Amino acid sequence: MNRYPLWKYVLIGVVALFGLIYASPILFPSDHAIQITAVGQNTVTEEILTKTKTALSSQGIASKSIKLEGDRILARFSDSDTQLKAAKALRDAHNEENFTTALNLAPTTPGWLRSLGAKPMYMGLDLRGGVHFLMEVDMEAALKKAMDNYKDSFRDALIKKKIRYLGVVNKDDSIQVVFKDQASLELGRKEIAKTAIGELDFSVEEGKKGVMLVAKMKQSTIVEKKRFALKQNITTLRNRVNELGVSEPIIQQQGLERIIVQLPGIQDTARAKEILGATATLEYHKVDTEHNAFDAQSSGRVPRGMVLYKDADGRPVLLHRKIIIAGDQITSASAGFDNNSNSPSVSLRLDGKGAKRMFEFTSQNVGQPMGVVFIETKIRSVTENGVVKKKKVTRKKVINVASILEPFSASFQTTGLDSPQEAHNLALLLRAGALAAPVYIVEERTVGPSLGQANIDAGFKSVILGFVLVLIFMAVYYKVFGLVANMALALNLVLIVAVLSMMQATLTLPGIAGIVLTVGMAVDANVLIYERIKEELRNGLTPHTAINAGYEKALSTIADANITTLIAATVLYAFGTGPIKGFAITLAIGILSSMFTAIMGTRSIINLIYGKRKITKLAI
Amino acid sequence: MSQNKKEINFMGVGRIAVMFSALLIIVSIASLIFKGMELGVDFTGGTVMELSYPGAVEPTEVKETLIKSGFEDVTAQHFGSVEKILLRIAPQKSQKADLKKGAVDANSQLSNNVLKTLQAKTPGITMDRVEFVGPQIGEELREQGGLAMLYALIGILIYVALRFEFRFSVGAIIALVHDVVITLGFFSITRIEFDLTVLAAILAIIGYSLNDTIVVFDRIRENFRILRKKDSQQVINSSVNMTLSRTIVTSLTTLIVLIALFMMGGESVHAFALAMIVGVVVGTYSSIYVASTSLLMMGITKEALMAPEKDEADELAEMP
Repeated sequence: MNRYPLWKYVLIGVVALFGLIYASPILFPSDHAIQITAVGQNTVTEEILTKTKTALSSQGIASKSIKLEGDRILARFSDSDTQLKAAKALRDAHNEENFTTALNLAPTTPGWLRSLGAKPMYMGLDLRGGVHFLMEVDMEAALKKAMDNYKDSFRDALIKKKIRYLGVVNKDDSIQVVFKDQASLELGRKEIAKTAIGELDFSVEEGKKGVMLVAKMKQSTIVEKKRFALKQNITTLRNRVNELGVSEPIIQQQGLERIIVQLPGIQDTARAKEILGATATLEYHKVDTEHNAFDAQSSGRVPRGMVLYKDADGRPVLLHRKIIIAGDQITSASAGFDNNSNSPSVSLRLDGKGAKRMFEFTSQNVGQPMGVVFIETKIRSVTENGVVKKKKVTRKKVINVASILEPFSASFQTTGLDSPQEAHNLALLLRAGALAAPVYIVEERTVGPSLGQANIDAGFKSVILGFVLVLIFMAVYYKVFGLVANMALALNLVLIVAVLSMMQATLTLPGIAGIVLTVGMAVDANVLIYERIKEELRNGLTPHTAINAGYEKALSTIADANITTLIAATVLYAFGTGPIKGFAITLAIGILSSMFTAIMGTRSIINLIYGKRKITKLAI
Repeated sequence: MSQNKKEINFMGVGRIAVMFSALLIIVSIASLIFKGMELGVDFTGGTVMELSYPGAVEPTEVKETLIKSGFEDVTAQHFGSVEKILLRIAPQKSQKADLKKGAVDANSQLSNNVLKTLQAKTPGITMDRVEFVGPQIGEELREQGGLAMLYALIGILIYVALRFEFRFSVGAIIALVHDVVITLGFFSITRIEFDLTVLAAILAIIGYSLNDTIVVFDRIRENFRILRKKDSQQVINSSVNMTLSRTIVTSLTTLIVLIALFMMGGESVHAFALAMIVGVVVGTYSSIYVASTSLLMMGITKEALMAPEKDEADELAEMP
């Protein structure tokens, strides 16, 4: 007799229940929504909520709901067209400096499901619309910049110690310092080595005019510089993406030189490129302590030689026009803790030129405050009288003001910051403002939202059609056993959706193709088993032994066949990019879950149907 | 299904099958060498744009507008309907000179410039999709794609060699290469664009075709141990016959969903579905004829699988 122990039934029941719960969010399609969040010191209040409501109703834009949820306002709309219209209206209504208006997909999953951790599947850009950029950091430029910095600091070190030299030049990937004789070379070598401890390899060569000290970056230094340039650019891009007002942007490193930027819901790719391509820099200025900044702001009269800025909280600050150092002289900035005051701090390093200037300034201005201005320049296309014009837009703000405690040069700390978070943010901004190596877009994939929706519709239609056709075929061909296989197939589909939702793996169009393919191939295990049972029946076995033999003999074949497909899926995942990875994941999940449903799942039902009775004929 | 099936003599027509396959492969390879592939932007670099016009539009018109405005290497065609246009624009030569610097950036701005140019003539055009791939990325993807296929083949070779015997693994690889080459040849001859999704399909075909082959091999191995009185050809032939209905049923169900995908899945998965359909048909044929015939030609005999047989005999002897 064919019976299953109770625990197997319980296991299958639990898995099925789990699948149903975690797959169910797919039944609640997400709303097209807009979220409004505050920037800096601003807060989202009831007042802003009312303003949002009137802005929408005055333009006759209907919304499903507008709610204040924690620190954001969420407005839901019935379709993406309304959402886009509303976004434009709301961007006009709220000051861009104070509030970010972002397109979003808001889940409509009921609360009890969410409390179980059930989330809807995460749709890829090809399904929800948006932009994918692959950006490459110009590492040649980054390394050249590093070489220039070394060159400057060599020269400064030699001048400072009054060591005579004939010249310092960059050649290929090395710096050549030419000395008249061996003696001055030895002296110079000592000083030069101090400027970059452990970063360079030195060698001595005979030159035309004298002896040359040749400095080359160590491999580890090159890797470090590249990593720094990449990090710096990621930081910069992250700041700028925030400005674009995108919810759930993805900015991540790919390999050693590339960055992936994914912006769901973005329509205006031209604007996205402009904002991502902006350049930023920093300037250190002396703070004006003689005049009152608030007076200057209210009267509109700025004292001679001064410039009025605003700080991050919107308070006015007066700074001297003269620049102490600029951002391209900063070579590194990192957040940490100051040992003396035990407060969060940011450590900075300057190049040779910057260090010299900083030393001169700070020696004369101990006790005086110094301000850091963050300047961002971007090209914006503006339509004027129907003509598209490129316009340069510059934004400046003071990101930090600190007093000079003692003279310093190449490396110094900004201390007394309120929190580690603030130190972290300041370091990020300083890095972003230090002239980063340029980035280029090397790949772009944009999908409009209407095409995204069409892709979803087509994808789901084809899954359902293929699924139903397979169900019919199996039921006709294998009768009762076919129906059992169909149940397993349905459970398999539910499990794939559940696992994908739980992993929050990105569902892409190739991913849907993977699901479709799995539906076709998942029945294979059952076909193998059933054909074997038929054969055993033909060989004269009784129905019960035939069922048993069928399942047992087909098992190793099924395992072999599926493992080879898994190998292919793994290779796909390892080598593929974005969409291909999505395909590989769904294929792999499908294979694994089909093994479970097609073998254990069907056996349990067959046992339930036939297990307890005597049978002479099988409906197969 | 009848209870007493007559065996079909597959191995008897093995020679004809080999000739047929050889012919297909030669034609495919010839086409691949002389005509090459219609590689998509994924591999060549360049820009693809999908545009929706407010009304019906002629591709030639669109192309002319762009050429007049100084864009080079543009092709335009309808995509799905008469209001939709698919543009393919090669990396612009005028900007090739200094690829490393501004040109890469300029090419990434290309889609926006093209859209502006077209919108100036016909307002109301919307951009449905843009794909821009830099030339160096294209090159890398080509390389990676080739490597992926190679690694998949090696991984499978090792697995089959471990599970079966070396000659089985050679047979499986012959069947695989057969399927992949013919599918590639199909794309070369029909000039259908070969993009990343088709590459994914080819890799899926490798998995699928192998799946089919393994099932047959499994049976062959089993039958060599059971049907001791028959010679190799008879054993292999019986095995193919025994697995035939399974081979056909599975291919059918897979084809059903692929055809659904092909018809309803939308333009973006068209090439994928087509590649899979060709691959499944060829894969089914090859697992019946090619894989088994090559086993026979390599002279597989039951002696090759003797070792495990002995073990079984020993076990039986030890039983009380």
